[in-house]
Amino acid sequence: MSQAPPGRAPPKRREWSWRSQAFRSVVYQILAVAAIAAAIWFLAHNTMENMRVRGIQSGFDFLLSPAGFDIGEMLISYDALDPYWKAFLVGVVNTLRVAVIGVVLCTVLGTMLGIGRFSRNAIVRGLCYGYVELFRNIPVLLQLIMWYLLFTEALPSPSEPMSVLGLFFLSKGGFAFPVPVWGTGQLLALAGAALGVVVAAYYRRRAMRLFEATGRVPRLFWPTVATIVVFAFAGWLIGGAPTALNLPEQGEMSVTGGGTVTPEFMAVLLGLVFYTSAFVAEVVRAGIASVPHGQVEAASSIGLSRGQTMRMVVLPQALRVIIPPMTNQYLNLTKNSSLAVAIGYPDVVSIANTAINQTGRAVECIAIIMLVYLTTSLSTSAFMNWYNKRAAIKER
Amino acid sequence: MSAVFEPIAARPAPVKTEGFLPWVRRNLFGNWRSTLTTVALVALFVYWLPGLADWALFSAVFRTDADVCQAARGSGACWGVVAEKYRLIIFGRYPYEEQWRPEVATLVLVGLLVASCIRTFWKPWLAAVWVVVLAVFFWLMYGGLGLSVVQTDRWGGLPLTIMLATLSIVLAFPLSVLVALGRRSDMPAIRTFCVIYVELIRGVPLISVLFMASFMFPLFMPPGLTIDVLIRVLVGITLFAAAYMAEIVRGGLQAIPKGQVEAAQSLGLSYWQTQRKIVLPQALAMVVPGIMNNFISIFKDTSLVTIVSLYELTGALGLALNSDANWRPFKIEGYLFITAIYFVFCFAMSRYSLWIEKRLNVSKSR
Repeated sequence: MSQAPPGRAPPKRREWSWRSQAFRSVVYQILAVAAIAAAIWFLAHNTMENMRVRGIQSGFDFLLSPAGFDIGEMLISYDALDPYWKAFLVGVVNTLRVAVIGVVLCTVLGTMLGIGRFSRNAIVRGLCYGYVELFRNIPVLLQLIMWYLLFTEALPSPSEPMSVLGLFFLSKGGFAFPVPVWGTGQLLALAGAALGVVVAAYYRRRAMRLFEATGRVPRLFWPTVATIVVFAFAGWLIGGAPTALNLPEQGEMSVTGGGTVTPEFMAVLLGLVFYTSAFVAEVVRAGIASVPHGQVEAASSIGLSRGQTMRMVVLPQALRVIIPPMTNQYLNLTKNSSLAVAIGYPDVVSIANTAINQTGRAVECIAIIMLVYLTTSLSTSAFMNWYNKRAAIKER
Repeated sequence: MSAVFEPIAARPAPVKTEGFLPWVRRNLFGNWRSTLTTVALVALFVYWLPGLADWALFSAVFRTDADVCQAARGSGACWGVVAEKYRLIIFGRYPYEEQWRPEVATLVLVGLLVASCIRTFWKPWLAAVWVVVLAVFFWLMYGGLGLSVVQTDRWGGLPLTIMLATLSIVLAFPLSVLVALGRRSDMPAIRTFCVIYVELIRGVPLISVLFMASFMFPLFMPPGLTIDVLIRVLVGITLFAAAYMAEIVRGGLQAIPKGQVEAAQSLGLSYWQTQRKIVLPQALAMVVPGIMNNFISIFKDTSLVTIVSLYELTGALGLALNSDANWRPFKIEGYLFITAIYFVFCFAMSRYSLWIEKRLNVSKSR
């Protein structure tokens, strides 16, 4: 009986051989890095060369020189003599304003539409379906343009606006509404509301601990709301209960005073909200459909109403499926807000476009746009990932 | 003792649950809230519909007469603007007497697109057909070989929209497969590049990529070499679409059980053989609906190239109406017309996407 001598290792693979996978992968990676470095060098070299030939200056120093153009609407003070960086800041704030309000509104509208797809009423189901199919199959740019056309063509001129109760005015000049005069009273009310949130959070934690100990179901929703409202009201009273409102008034040519939003802002906001909420509705619908039917049957067998079943059984489970695609929709909305440039809403892209035309520093301005959007995208997805982890199923 | 036969009273007939009336009862008047909703919504329709129908049909002007349209302004739509300008809207600035060329080219391309959606044609020779058809498309559009040359800056309208969407998806497809494979690769350098590429592109809006193609791309090229703006934009959209598609393909790759790869390895297949013969055929069949949805969104996104001054469908409408003071007031009708075109294309594609999803799942839902 011949046997291989025991303990003899298989022949060692030579490490510097083409037949070794590790060696090959090192070679491939070196080649890839070299190719990409060469490509980057090639592009950078060409850019330098082109800039030299055409006499284009580079660098971010232009950010400190005066911008010299006016911006239609802003939340922070700015005029044409301010430097470019401030113009960009105004643009970023405008982008964020439309994105944040848009995200909130499209979540509300989209969730309602998504739940509406499961309504008992056939007309409601049909309307929600029709809405989704209509709005998600039309390019968002077209929707923005059409809203803008509607606002600038169909609305009355600023000298004779539509008015509701003499408090709200709607015209080609925009939408005007009363705002409280900012003072200590409002500040104290805000502080009170913040305090109320803290107290309510404490109450909820205690109530949950009590529930876990005794099994008695505590009331959570209304006490929370009541606490916050009462604290805010108390702050407002301590501040002297200011009731001064800055009311919009109809002047000779236009509506003055009050808070205003421009038609551009309204068009961007409505276009984005109506478009994105169609997608949000689909996300919510898919999430709800992913909850096994047995859950609904179990809920109705213990006597929960349809509304309770939705709120307490289906939605919490659907949320886990909903959050990741919902994050994508929020990011899409933020990125789509860049289309505001097409109708002249001064968002960061529009400001950058003007800056490119004035200074010719395309590379720097596009880099700023990309940086702004990358930062918002990454921070949004980081936040949503954190929220997703909280909502995710806790497994052993 | 004799029991007297007493028949049990007949049971009432079962309540009818099938058919039109029971459906109405259940779905429109299920309980008082449902009834209230139905009544309110129907009332709303009755209130709104006549006005809408009057504006869109009965008081609308269909003649190509700007003065009549102007007279009917506010009370009726002016569809005359579409009748007057449709050639300019659909074909852009393409020379008028040559417009049969983009028409034929687009029909051929759309025909092939539809054929590619049918599973019987998913064969290797389909790629060859694509090459031939694209060559024919460009020959018809650009000219040469007996046709007069039409420069790319005169291209526009619907043919440009369809070309940009189709070509960028077709070009992005192989790139996305490579990037998706690279993102799952064991080699850290290659994986890092793929991750950076995908996340970078997905983190920025398409408009910034288009700005880059339009403003920065000329700076990237060696001095003296200029590249047509159409090609630059096409490259931009392709790179953009590829990043999104790579994530879709990666989803498909992840769904392939590891056993498949291990079985292939145990047979002695190399990496590329494994991917080509085992993994990709299964993964790609799975992601067809996702790719279709990506195609829809790219089709819609081509409307953005109007911002960098290419006259595709949206841009061509602006071109047709902005320069003509007589018809400029009736932009809304023009936009409704191209909205209808976009909607028909996108809706058809999304129906197909749903249908193919069901077809592909047939094997799973036994």
